[in-house]
Amino acid sequence: MQELIQAVQNSQTFLSGLSEAALAIIFFVLFGLVFATVAAVCALVFVYLERKISAHMQDRLGPMEVNTGIPLLKNIGHGWAQTLADAFKLLLKEDIVPNAADRRLHLIAPFILFCAVIAAFSVMPFGEKLVVSDMNIGVFFVLAITSFSVIGVILAGWASNNKWSLLGGMRSAAQIVSYEIPSGLVVLVIVMQVGSLRFNDIVMAQAGGILHWHIFQFFPLNLIAFIISFLATLAEANRAPFDLPEAESELTAGFATEYSGFKWAIFYLSEYANMFLIGIFLSALFLGGWTSPFGSLFGGFFDKPGWQPVWIILKAVAIIFLQMWLRWTLPRLRVDQLMYTSWKVLTPFAFVTIFGVGLWMLF
Amino acid sequence: MNTAIGTIDWIPVAPFIALSVLGFLIMIIGLFFPRIYRETLGTITLVGLAVTFFLILQNWGEPRYAFANTIVGDKFSTVFNGLFVVGAALTILLSLNSQENRYLLYADYFTVIVFATAGMVLMSAGTHLLTIFLGLETLSIALYVLAGFRRENAFSLESAFKYFLLGAFASGFLLYGIALIYGATGSADIQEVTRWIQQNSLTGSLMLPIGFLLLFVGLGFKLAIFPFHMWAPDVYQGAPTPISAFMATGSKAAAFAALLRVALSTQSYTAIAWEQVLWVIAVATMTIGNIIALRQDNIKRMLAYSSIAHAGYILIGFIANNELGHSGMLFYLLSYTFMNIGAFGVISYLSTAEHEFVTLGDVRGLAYRRPFAAIAMAVFMFSLAGIPPTAGFISKFYIFSAAVKAGYVWLVILGVINSMISLYYYLGVVVQMFMSAVEEKAPATATQQPAVALALVVSMFAVLGLGIFPSRWLAVFMEMARSFI
Amino acid sequence: MQEILFFVLAAVAVLSALGMLLNKNPVYSVLLLIVTLFSIAGLYVLLNASFIAAVHLIVYAGAIMVLFLFVIMLLDIRADVEHINLKRLSRILALLATFIFLGETFLIIWMSLKGKAAFVGLGEGILGDVPSVGELLFTKYLLPFEIASVLLLVAIVGAIILAKRKLRPEPPAA
Repeated sequence: MQELIQAVQNSQTFLSGLSEAALAIIFFVLFGLVFATVAAVCALVFVYLERKISAHMQDRLGPMEVNTGIPLLKNIGHGWAQTLADAFKLLLKEDIVPNAADRRLHLIAPFILFCAVIAAFSVMPFGEKLVVSDMNIGVFFVLAITSFSVIGVILAGWASNNKWSLLGGMRSAAQIVSYEIPSGLVVLVIVMQVGSLRFNDIVMAQAGGILHWHIFQFFPLNLIAFIISFLATLAEANRAPFDLPEAESELTAGFATEYSGFKWAIFYLSEYANMFLIGIFLSALFLGGWTSPFGSLFGGFFDKPGWQPVWIILKAVAIIFLQMWLRWTLPRLRVDQLMYTSWKVLTPFAFVTIFGVGLWMLF
Repeated sequence: MNTAIGTIDWIPVAPFIALSVLGFLIMIIGLFFPRIYRETLGTITLVGLAVTFFLILQNWGEPRYAFANTIVGDKFSTVFNGLFVVGAALTILLSLNSQENRYLLYADYFTVIVFATAGMVLMSAGTHLLTIFLGLETLSIALYVLAGFRRENAFSLESAFKYFLLGAFASGFLLYGIALIYGATGSADIQEVTRWIQQNSLTGSLMLPIGFLLLFVGLGFKLAIFPFHMWAPDVYQGAPTPISAFMATGSKAAAFAALLRVALSTQSYTAIAWEQVLWVIAVATMTIGNIIALRQDNIKRMLAYSSIAHAGYILIGFIANNELGHSGMLFYLLSYTFMNIGAFGVISYLSTAEHEFVTLGDVRGLAYRRPFAAIAMAVFMFSLAGIPPTAGFISKFYIFSAAVKAGYVWLVILGVINSMISLYYYLGVVVQMFMSAVEEKAPATATQQPAVALALVVSMFAVLGLGIFPSRWLAVFMEMARSFI
Repeated sequence: MQEILFFVLAAVAVLSALGMLLNKNPVYSVLLLIVTLFSIAGLYVLLNASFIAAVHLIVYAGAIMVLFLFVIMLLDIRADVEHINLKRLSRILALLATFIFLGETFLIIWMSLKGKAAFVGLGEGILGDVPSVGELLFTKYLLPFEIASVLLLVAIVGAIILAKRKLRPEPPAA
């Protein structure tokens, strides 16, 4: 950020006359807009992917009808524009607020969730230089800021003044607070090995090809840590098989039952943005982040800076595919099983991995 | 980055470590042997406490600081910690009655008592306000749980809840006070605070006196002194009887320990204005405690008000602020531990699961039904009232003479008047026991309680022993008080 | 820039704290408290203590406030909102407390304007980042740090004892 401001001030454009503070504010707004847009586009892509993946897993076709609309090419494209059409439909829908709802909270709840997720992107390392703020507590910042998302969910549940919504909100609070513990603990495993909370330090510690990735170090402790982290973040994102807060078979749509139109779209957007966030987060921690898997093979061609965003996004998409795969193959957990998994399985194993890695590093 | 921690002096922390280990041990035994005899558990706890007592005694001598001056082993902490461990041991003996408390005797119960004792140990040995605060919190949380241990009893739950709310509030005051002291002096280490006060002055920063005031308020809640005494009766009445005894003696002594350590090191509570405030507080505490106790029909409630009054007497020693006053406080706390645990112990000795022997009607004619219990109760009541040759008399004597030496004649006169008022209700119990006939439909008393009987005998011996041969103990406490100046 | 941020954050913190007190709806109060905590975390960042700020957010906003919301929603206090009526005495007390704290604030400002150090400033440099916090925790505050673990254990054991669904079968008498 500082470097960027310096660079702009030194440049000969019309912006160079502005003060540091003004530039900082401009950049903050700009980055916010960029991330919101990126998140929206990602969500469109991922929704399409999810529909297609689920369809093929269940041996059906999924959306096929909505394509370009150009006469000759009408039926080519596997229904790629379906989500686009859905997005427009959502934007044009009427915004319904129940009479008994708390209108103000009903309005701000989805935005709290959305902001919490988007804010976390500001420390995500898309490349060595391609990160808004490479702060020295990056990993911790993500944990801190995403912990706000639960407030949005629980408020949405309460403000709707609907039993299903409230139950969904409650479940989500219990679930997210419980799963924050293992997910926070296993992050320590990586932080211990690297000795830094800065994302770029963590990624750079894994440079040099696939064998240097954290997931393959300290075998099998880091692998266990990765699995714990994957499951816990999955639960924090309220994704199946941990999607009790919006369990459609019991709670209609959980905390989002009373939402429609644009506000509902925000919830949807947040969920997919969150998935993307988790993908980036896990690949930075365990899968080498923006480094290439080939190391010095091919003459270091794939290690050039231009490839960095490609690698990390590819890894993130792989993790998202894993998430979708789980969603369409596993049934939903019961509430007690959910709590059991967090407190009696994931948390103890997280402690074991921390302890094990500590011992390993000591000797 | 490599920071040498240096060699650690383990002796000052040994009592805390021993108690923590004992707590873990009992918890694990309870986990693996859920059907273990509670007497076995109690015996293990008592053995552990004996070991701790031995470790505490190793600290007698010159101050030994450890862990970057956060904890110390000196004569002061030795005396107080010994007191806490003895109190805890007596509490455990009281809890081993065969009938009344049969639903609450799991390993958890002993574990929590032991951890509460560990918190007390930190409060008397901590030389850093943070250590003292953490000790107080450990003690408080353990006591909230213990107060609510009779979960099927609504009074017990009420007691736990009230104690928790007010206790949390008090902790807030304490922490705010510590923050202000830290803000004013840049340290929460008592020695460094003292150094800062010597270099500047107590009023050098306005935050400092406010900080000490809030610290006093926070500890005052634990001491149950006026105007922070409101919780005591309800809490003592609802809590299981041994726990009421434990709260009235141990936690009060621990709060006095922390207050004394801060006051004696920094000399922060001896400024002119402070003494007058404390004077008023002491008189109000004594008077309110004694006058309301007159009207009580429930012995546990009466003892609660009497414990408020006793805190007032002990404050007189604090105000006198001389060697005799400080050693008198110690002596008072020691004898109060025995006589109060004894008095609650008699209730515990008689009560069954069906009926708690707590009202004056219950003890009517007790001398004819259970002579041992009645005699024990009479001894403790005499001692609480301050009648020679019991420990209660001697401790009041020391405290009052210290105050006279320091020139607080009126305070002593008011104290003596209060003692006379208290005679009425203490002797009322004795009169009920010895001079009334047994009621026809009186409920059955518990029988065969060797552990409680042991606790009663020990307490009786202590009360009489301290009353008849006080000089040896006073010499020890005087040495402790001198070691501070 | 720093000064502007400080005053903005401080103002937000104070105003939302006031809002928390004055609001009758407990859910709004909790939300405003979260805003207060958030701006205090911002103040920590201004003091170069970003690690403390993050911990502050995780612990308070992320966990404790969520539990507050949870409890408030479970109790459904909404029905009782109308009945909350401050008695005269507590109003007077509240007024008194307000004046005391206002006085304190003015005093501190006045003293610092007069050049008398009203408070000991933090040292220069990075005081609240991970290495320095860690170093303090494992040297100067080693014992309090370890005691805190015992304290938390007691709290957990106590909570389980009080919340256990069924008491264990009575152990056999000797």
